[in-house]
Amino acid sequence: MLSYLPIQLIPILPIKMNYRQAKTGKLLIDILPNKCDFCGCCVGVCPEDAIELKEAEIYIIDPRCTNCAKCIWSCPIEVIKFNKEGVLEK
Amino acid sequence: MKEEYDIIVVGAGPAGSIAARYAAQNGAFVLVLEKDRDVGYPVRCGEAISREGLEAFIKPDKRWINAEITKFGFVAPNGKKVVINLGKVEGYMLERRIFDYELAKTASVAGAEILTRAYVNDLIKENGKVAGVKFEFRGEQKQIKCKIVIGADGVESRVGRWAGLETHIDFRDMESCFQVTASNVKCDQDALFFYFGKEVAPEGYFWVFPKGKGTANIGLGVSGGVGKKRSALSYLNNNLENFFPTANILTQVAGGVPSVVALEKMAAPGIMLVGDAARQVNPLSGGGISSGMIGASIAGRLAAQSIKNNDLNYINNYHKEWKKLRGKKHDFLDKIKDGLFNFTDEQFNNLIESMLKLPEKKRTVGRFFMIALKNKPSLLKEIAKVFVV
Ligand SMILES: Cc1cc2nc3c(=O)[nH]c(=O)nc-3n(C[C@H](O)[C@H](O)[C@H](O)COP(=O)(O)OP(=O)(O)OC[C@H]3O[C@@H](n4cnc5c(N)ncnc54)[C@H](O)[C@@H]3O)c2cc1C
Ligand code: SF4
Ligand code: SF4
Repeated sequence: MLSYLPIQLIPILPIKMNYRQAKTGKLLIDILPNKCDFCGCCVGVCPEDAIELKEAEIYIIDPRCTNCAKCIWSCPIEVIKFNKEGVLEK
Repeated sequence: MKEEYDIIVVGAGPAGSIAARYAAQNGAFVLVLEKDRDVGYPVRCGEAISREGLEAFIKPDKRWINAEITKFGFVAPNGKKVVINLGKVEGYMLERRIFDYELAKTASVAGAEILTRAYVNDLIKENGKVAGVKFEFRGEQKQIKCKIVIGADGVESRVGRWAGLETHIDFRDMESCFQVTASNVKCDQDALFFYFGKEVAPEGYFWVFPKGKGTANIGLGVSGGVGKKRSALSYLNNNLENFFPTANILTQVAGGVPSVVALEKMAAPGIMLVGDAARQVNPLSGGGISSGMIGASIAGRLAAQSIKNNDLNYINNYHKEWKKLRGKKHDFLDKIKDGLFNFTDEQFNNLIESMLKLPEKKRTVGRFFMIALKNKPSLLKEIAKVFVV
């Protein structure tokens, strides 16, 4: 899980957490980088500017994410999902 | 690479290259930063462009033209189709792998420098004005100052947000797309085909665009509201099975089209946005190459002139010039889009039926939309102005 995080964000996360931390509490969104096509739809619709997208690398900037799920809805592939509890799957 | 530039362009798509070319031609020192390894790849595009839109910026060249378009076809949910003959070559199918590179070359020839694998991740701000960019290049964080940044970073644009411009797209307005390029496809090599219907591509359309030698770009877009329930990819797989079961897939790609009118504010002190980043896409068709190049040509020129005249506020004319050239037309196309999105399958069937009843000569694209909006008389006059010759 931590492997998606940008290095500089790791120190501000509380240790020993079951969930990564989002702005509104625990983080429920997960991007599966192996399935991603790096198309940018999710970045364009994210109201919080919480997605970092490089040439072939993508991750959520956890402290900005509000779990609003708009990135999931706009994804042309089934790449982003609510994790753990499986709350939403397209 | 210099220590400082007049103008830094972020993104080397068609809009970025044209902005860079026009800025360099007007005397500015220009640097283009592109995150990908190569200009022109991957291609997230159906690759259709109007003749007029292309020829305004570059002479068509056989090396990157796959097909010449003389017809439009519309297919109703019940399978009936109407073909509109345009009478002459009115559009082209591009090979954007080469085309984007050739456009970048014209910028380079005009004097711009281009740096690939440069991922822009922040802006430098000074005295309430954008004054440069920060970027990652070969594992190192760097920064370069400039007088004006032009954000041409596509649908995934973040540059504008960092400058405080409101650029995020409502998810319902984002057409979520998936496209394959495939061979062994039976289709007219001189026609663009659009399919409509709730099964095929709700709140969007399914397209088949010829790419020469029995190949085609086959793709679709659905709105985020639809994508909430089912992904674009799964709609496309269905359509491929139903319409082109023998197609051999060559490449596949996901993508997004911001189907909205351009941003209300496309510039702020020290920054301008162009192309998809400014949401300059034709909101009805989703075509963004030519209108992005138009926006970029205005922005590139104004940016260079404002530096030459030593008056950075001069870039504020951007919005006015855009409005004059494209803005009004886009406002109107956006209204038609809203109308079409709400069509039921039956209404689409009736629309195609009414077109088929017309004698062939009277079947024009304008008339197609005119019939489509028969129920909205308030729009009729405006439609006539735009489409009917
Ligand atoms: C499936 C699909 C089909 C389409 N079909 C058509 C069509 O048939 N006809 C048509 O006219 N239009 C079509 N479009 C729209 C068209 O592709 C776009 O409007 C057009 O590519 C926009 O050009 P642009 O230069 O603004 O952005 P882009 O071509 O997207 O270029 C943006 C560039 O910026 C780079 N970039 C992004 N962020 C950064 C960063 N932080 N740092 C450095 N570089 C960055 C990207 O790597 C990219 O190269 C389609 C779009 C899709 C998704
Ligand atoms: S859930 Fe919302 S805030 Fe979080 S990354 Fe997705 S779009 Fe952004
Ligand atoms: S929308 Fe989906 S495929 Fe596109 S970049 Fe985001 S997660 Fe990846």
